[in-house]
Amino acid sequence: MAEYEAAIGMEVHAELLTESKMFCGCRNAFGGEPNTRCCPVCLGLPGALPVINRKAVEHVIRTALALNCTINPAAKFDRKNYFYPDLPKGYQISQYDRPIGFNGWLDIEVGGEVTRVRIRRVHLEEDTGKLMHLPSGDSAVDYNRAGVPLMEIVTDFPPDMRSAEQARAYLVALRSILTYTGASDGRMEEGSLRCEPNLSVRPRGYEGFGAKTEIKNLNSFRAVQRGIEYEIARQTGILESGEAVRQETRGWNDARQETFAQRSKEDEQEYRYFPEPDLPPLMIGDDWIESIRQRMPELPAAARERLMRDYGLRAAEADWLTQSPATAAYFTEASRACGKPAQVATWMMGDFARLLNASGTAIEQSSVTPDRLGRLLSLVEAGSISGKMAKTFFERMFETGATPDALLAEHGSQVTDEATLAALVDQVIGAEPAVWEAICAGDERKLTYVMGQVMKLSRGKANPQQTRQLLQDRLNRGR
Amino acid sequence: MPITDDDIRRMARLARLELTDEEVGHQRAHIAELLSRFEAIRSLDLDGIEPTSHCIPLAGVVRSDEVEVSLPREAVLANAPETRDGCFIVPRIIDADAAGGLDSPQTGAPGSDDTR
Amino acid sequence: MICRMSAAQIRERLLAQEISTADVVREHRARIAEAEPVVRALLTLIDPNETAGQPDVTIDPPTGAQPLAGIPIIVKDNICTARVRTTCGSRILQNFVPPYDATVVRKLRAAGAVILAKSNLDEFAMGSSTENSAFGPSRNPCDPSRVPGGSSGGSAAAIAAFEAPLALGSDTGGSIRQPASLCGVVGMKPTYGRVSRYGLVAYASSLDQIGPITRTVRDAAMLLDIICGPDPMDSTTLDLPPTAFEDSCREDVRGLRIGLPGEYFGLGVEPAVNAAVRRAADLLADMGAHVEECSLPSTELGLAAYYIIAPAEASSNLARYDGVRYGHRATADEREARSERQGAGVMEHGRMTERTRGEGFGAEVKQRIMIGTYALSAGYYDAYYLRAQKVRTLIRREFAQAFERFDVLLTPTSPTTAFRLGERTSDPMAMKLADICTIPANLAGLPAISVPCGFHEGLPIGLQIIGKALDEETVIRAAYAYEQAKGEG
Ligand SMILES: [Mg+2]
Ligand SMILES: [Zn+2]
Repeated sequence: MAEYEAAIGMEVHAELLTESKMFCGCRNAFGGEPNTRCCPVCLGLPGALPVINRKAVEHVIRTALALNCTINPAAKFDRKNYFYPDLPKGYQISQYDRPIGFNGWLDIEVGGEVTRVRIRRVHLEEDTGKLMHLPSGDSAVDYNRAGVPLMEIVTDFPPDMRSAEQARAYLVALRSILTYTGASDGRMEEGSLRCEPNLSVRPRGYEGFGAKTEIKNLNSFRAVQRGIEYEIARQTGILESGEAVRQETRGWNDARQETFAQRSKEDEQEYRYFPEPDLPPLMIGDDWIESIRQRMPELPAAARERLMRDYGLRAAEADWLTQSPATAAYFTEASRACGKPAQVATWMMGDFARLLNASGTAIEQSSVTPDRLGRLLSLVEAGSISGKMAKTFFERMFETGATPDALLAEHGSQVTDEATLAALVDQVIGAEPAVWEAICAGDERKLTYVMGQVMKLSRGKANPQQTRQLLQDRLNRGR
Repeated sequence: MPITDDDIRRMARLARLELTDEEVGHQRAHIAELLSRFEAIRSLDLDGIEPTSHCIPLAGVVRSDEVEVSLPREAVLANAPETRDGCFIVPRIIDADAAGGLDSPQTGAPGSDDTR
Repeated sequence: MICRMSAAQIRERLLAQEISTADVVREHRARIAEAEPVVRALLTLIDPNETAGQPDVTIDPPTGAQPLAGIPIIVKDNICTARVRTTCGSRILQNFVPPYDATVVRKLRAAGAVILAKSNLDEFAMGSSTENSAFGPSRNPCDPSRVPGGSSGGSAAAIAAFEAPLALGSDTGGSIRQPASLCGVVGMKPTYGRVSRYGLVAYASSLDQIGPITRTVRDAAMLLDIICGPDPMDSTTLDLPPTAFEDSCREDVRGLRIGLPGEYFGLGVEPAVNAAVRRAADLLADMGAHVEECSLPSTELGLAAYYIIAPAEASSNLARYDGVRYGHRATADEREARSERQGAGVMEHGRMTERTRGEGFGAEVKQRIMIGTYALSAGYYDAYYLRAQKVRTLIRREFAQAFERFDVLLTPTSPTTAFRLGERTSDPMAMKLADICTIPANLAGLPAISVPCGFHEGLPIGLQIIGKALDEETVIRAAYAYEQAKGEG
């Protein structure tokens, strides 16, 4: 039986972070009351004309540069003509043969192996409105999203990706670039980042490519990976049974974890592209490109390098900490505050990440600022508080916004005075002599219980190392 | 190749125009005549000549990213044939029924949203 | 007889306080009431008292800030007016009331002009007779059995019938100049990019341009001064300094180099029209201009290029009329209502859109949408659309070469005088030939004016003067000098 491999390409749409829409002054925002951010231009009223948002163009140039693209000095806009109720003008202003960026690449790493994914084009267009299905059978249209600037990033053909893991890694890396450049917030759940993989399967070693399918409705990274895995398996099954794959668009049903046929190739539209007569060509001079290049923020790959080099982090840690510019900035600042990058990394990837996830908070919005985390770790380092106290403090800091110093003042520092600790130990042993006898008789597991009682008695402030040492000494003497 | 009624029907479908059979015939005759007038252009040697899509020397016209006041929603909806709860209402979309989702085919927009 | 006065004359009398703005508006309204039953130039009358933003009839006389204060104007009904319905002469926009003013309308209001009415046109400006209006044709005031030309036929007829001294038209392939010629008035298409198109309902975006229709060249210049200028809402307007075209109205054409392109005098042009245009050239030569024959060989290709490019752009521009956000929406017929799952009056969205457009658009509009769709569709784009764009380059080049030798070109505006209503409706090609002399200036984006240059069998003939891009000044000077020298008749 032949072995099969997949060839995967990807089309990604990202809504751009601008104040106003692509071609009009309506606010670019998510949600809100329907049809409250509309004007003659984005409603496609008769007579209205588009005007290009400079910031949106700069986002695309910046992203294209980050993706190693060539910038087209004479980019232009075209009309893509098709009818749909969410498309106000009956055409989408997009870019056809002269996109802003072309011929780029993005390196991704899966299982230690680096793959270069070539990017065919990066172009600018406008988003459509939103359709909502009503129980009555008809549909409601909200044009708040119509005209929001949208960037499309398309991988090259023949496709460079072979597995769902690679496709996911590409999307993660791409999203990371988009958030680093500030082009997009990259929120798949809100639809500001949308991914449409296309894939075909062929017997390994075979030169050509089979019929491909495109997958839509993938609303999370997990869905992207699962959708591709499902589709690879489905196509492989079809080929193994000796049948042919139908070229079509398939939707992902997240509840059922499967794809279903949406549109066949025959239904495909004919878009009748032609140059947008309402917009003169978009000349992008070298000085414009240069000024954008010079203001280019640090990109994820460089940030990862820097973290490994300057802080001695491991690759996995650096990957995690550079997942977004906000996490990388947080790490850098907190490390500067306490001088303990390894501990900062451990905290960020551990307790902090858990609390952020559980509460759905963004790291930059957390009341535990980098300075506060740094201060907390400094207190541990100085011996003012124990690791255990730090955990309790951290949770209080996270939930109530308390500072580490305020908590320290409230609880007092940990007890390190030998005499005080000895008195605490005496008190616990005196209260439960039977337990202590059992321990002396060999049941050392009960030591943990005694430890806990001491901590409880000290309201968590007894220095654990010292207390443990004290108990051990006492035990040795007792024998 | 002479233009046929089927060509006309295909174009009418692309252009979303309902035509009566009689209109299809008229359209075919008319377009055939126009196309014959265009022959002069088809036989011309135009190699190496740049097409003109804008006849004025303008390029790089952009605006700064500033928010302006949108229309009041009453004005947005004022001319609509049908509205409900602040939205435009369109009849059942069969394409989407068949496809199982209401996504616009072009922007990778997320699928139907049954929030209402 | 205020209605017989030009805008310049009215302005003078207002400034001298010999008449009041109330007199001006009242008399024009009376004239409209008198002329309309025959001419039918207007679709919507605007009562200034009912329209917010419109000054009442008692307003201050014209000043520097409000140069058109109290002067009536008529606006073609494809130019958006806030709170006043804007139909484009189409059933599909029969009840459309824009929530915004076109930039030119905003400028008119700021200048104090009194917008009296919206004028009839061929549906979506597609046509040369106003017979394609969903609201019935307008008549030529010179002979009501004849068409006023088109598509700005309502504006031209209204001016010729003294319903107002000023009107706005739009010109995509001759839609200002040809009706001006047929009605015996002045019509000017400015350089593409001179006047904002924001609020002009698009027909063919790369060709459309708004311009004045008036009875005198001075009035056209005055109106152009008001409406032109860069507009941040229209990316295709040129960033140019303020103009003073009215100052170009000088009787001085000495040394002016005038070309007569031979091709424009073939093209099925009536001998009487030819002769009138040549007499005009002779008159200008007598006044000291140098007149010389020349050649623009690609002129005839212009018609074909135009009838590919304009419909292609139109097919896209008119896609927005889908019965969702505004305009006509079709309902299911009885049989369908019974068979539809949804119940009475409801049909599936795609069908609704097709029927809305099928019902809402007239025959000519449908034809142009179809031909445009065809020209842009796969397999035909290169054969038609792209080649038409290249022909456009040829035409621009030839003009550029001619303008190395000449300051302006003189041609007939229309090959014929006004034809009878119904005469060409069954022959669409004959109708389209009406634009053969005017189309090239649109394809090249050049300024061009039509001024009356005599009559044939009682019907007006128009002289077209084409200038270099952005050289409206010379076009206006030549037209003004000719107008003054010719005198009445
Ligand atoms: Mg796209
Ligand atoms: Zn808007």
